[in-house]
Amino acid sequence: MENLTFTQEIKPPSTKKSPLRWLKDNLFSNWYNTLLTLFTIVLLYFLFKSVFTWVFTQAQWAVIPANLQILSVGSYPREHLWRVAYVIYVLAVLMGLSAGIWKGLNQQITFAIACIGAVITLLPINVNTSVRETAVIATTLIAVSYVLGRDRQNLKRWVIIGWVLMFPWMMFMLHGFGENSISTLNWGGLLLTLILAVVGIVACFPIGVLLALGRRSRLPAIRWVSIVYIEVVRGMPLVTILFMGSLMLPIFLPGGFQLDKVLRAMIALTLFSAAYMAENVRGGLQAVPRGQYEAAQAVGLSYPKTMTFIVLPQALRSVIPAIVGQFIALFKDTSLVSIIALSELLGVSDNILGNPNWTGLKPELYLFIAVIYFIFTFAMSYVSQIVEADLGVGKH
Amino acid sequence: MNENENITNDPIIVCEDVHKWFDDFHVLKGITTSFKKGEKAVICGPSGSGKSTFIRTINRLEEHQRGTIIVDGIELSNDLRNINLIRQEVGMVFQQFNLFPHLSNLQNITLGPIRVRKMTKSDAEEAALALLDRMGIEDQAYKYPAEISGGQQQRVAIARALAMEPKIMLFDEPTSALDPEMISEVLDVMRELARSGMTMLVVTHEMGFAREVADRVMFFDEGVVVEEAAPVDFFDNPQHDRTKLFISQTLQH
Repeated sequence: MENLTFTQEIKPPSTKKSPLRWLKDNLFSNWYNTLLTLFTIVLLYFLFKSVFTWVFTQAQWAVIPANLQILSVGSYPREHLWRVAYVIYVLAVLMGLSAGIWKGLNQQITFAIACIGAVITLLPINVNTSVRETAVIATTLIAVSYVLGRDRQNLKRWVIIGWVLMFPWMMFMLHGFGENSISTLNWGGLLLTLILAVVGIVACFPIGVLLALGRRSRLPAIRWVSIVYIEVVRGMPLVTILFMGSLMLPIFLPGGFQLDKVLRAMIALTLFSAAYMAENVRGGLQAVPRGQYEAAQAVGLSYPKTMTFIVLPQALRSVIPAIVGQFIALFKDTSLVSIIALSELLGVSDNILGNPNWTGLKPELYLFIAVIYFIFTFAMSYVSQIVEADLGVGKH
Repeated sequence: MNENENITNDPIIVCEDVHKWFDDFHVLKGITTSFKKGEKAVICGPSGSGKSTFIRTINRLEEHQRGTIIVDGIELSNDLRNINLIRQEVGMVFQQFNLFPHLSNLQNITLGPIRVRKMTKSDAEEAALALLDRMGIEDQAYKYPAEISGGQQQRVAIARALAMEPKIMLFDEPTSALDPEMISEVLDVMRELARSGMTMLVVTHEMGFAREVADRVMFFDEGVVVEEAAPVDFFDNPQHDRTKLFISQTLQH
């Protein structure tokens, strides 16, 4: 055995193929595959031809720039649009600072958003000057606060406080006060869609986690309350819950007490998604082996600490795809609030099409709205993939 | 080494008539025994004999249903404070390691000291690195459990238990899930720990280790302690037939 030597390292056989070879192997390997390929090419040609002809020659895209304001903020009064701009500026500063302090994912997301801002700034179409102005200021703010926040770890706490205060401040800012206040019924378009979606996502997550833990609790009262809640809510269509929130809640509430309509929609969306979130999280909890609980207990961790540091981190990372799927569904479900007379992104299309100038332009408008939805949902899905890679899901 | 100067006469664990059922199955049928400070006891027996269940009752991973267990002067009852106090005194090493896969090896070790003992992060990390050094794997600190070998994982698990500065260490078949060439690196660490005077209860099939390190060998079968003796007597002069059979079977290979 002493004479055993390795002669030379042998490379694995090459799996690379020349393009021609690839074509032959994959598309023209035999007569019926060749036929199928040719048929598909012809089909695709006609399909794309008609789509492209419509998009570039027949469609009347003027409806989009002309209604950009309605699409973005609904019937929010023009003279108050500075309020929206201010909210965007504060968001820009917070995002810039977070990107600078935490780097990583924050940085990538913020960079992507800054790019959108820059694109709007440079857009060749004739957008409203105030939109361009807002985009310029927001993009600049992101850049400046990013530079200021870079490696300033001592700012961490303040930025987190800033994010927490962001929501009440935003509601206050958009609503205004006194005589000049703007009813939430005027909130609309993409603004309303984003507010509903973000509030729903942020609020349904902790509630869902608590319900999932509750459903696995050893205490019967907590377990049964969780089970009943989850099963009842999952058994109802979202439309029903929205109607109940909109029509029945005011009847049950003590006289004179009014809950804002948008707030009611937020509550309905949150409570609805929380039930689904709970089941997603429960799936993750069941995937955590018993040995993990035992090891945590053996180290002396209490139940809340075991959950916080050992079980939930593992449970949640294993169900990221399901959770993000739930977030995406929630984002699209916000379009259902139009049935309780709130005009979010999809709902405002009715207002636009009601204008005699734009009747009959449904395809253009709906296609544009679909693209907006797609951009946001695809971004969510993309971010979740980065999160998974960052956490090393499947690796450790 | 068996005439261990570290052993004192104070019992640190006292078990009185301990019973345990899994549904209708009577796993522990009245275990009465005690362990002294610094004593090393090896617990062996066929599978299903209740030996693992017994050491798991000592830090209440399993609840006993009759009898009393007193660990370091604290009785194990349903009082949660007592249980958490005892768990800080008793370290445990599992057959399947049970490391936390989402934390680095270093974080696995510092988690308990930081979250339970309220140590500062820097102190805990310093202590953890010293422990990894003692285990001979200080270069694995910043890797994740899935990135190191089974023997190394088990040594991280031992370090994790030791980081809580326990008075007692429980080992539940610590080498049974390891590839043969990795068993000795874990046993070496356990030998070193035994020399340092730790009180150790070890469930194992490693009879060589038992002969060398143990002060007492206990043989479990069908939920009772059939025989207990110093290793010399246990291996060379077993009294019961079941013990004789077990020894002949385990020493054959």
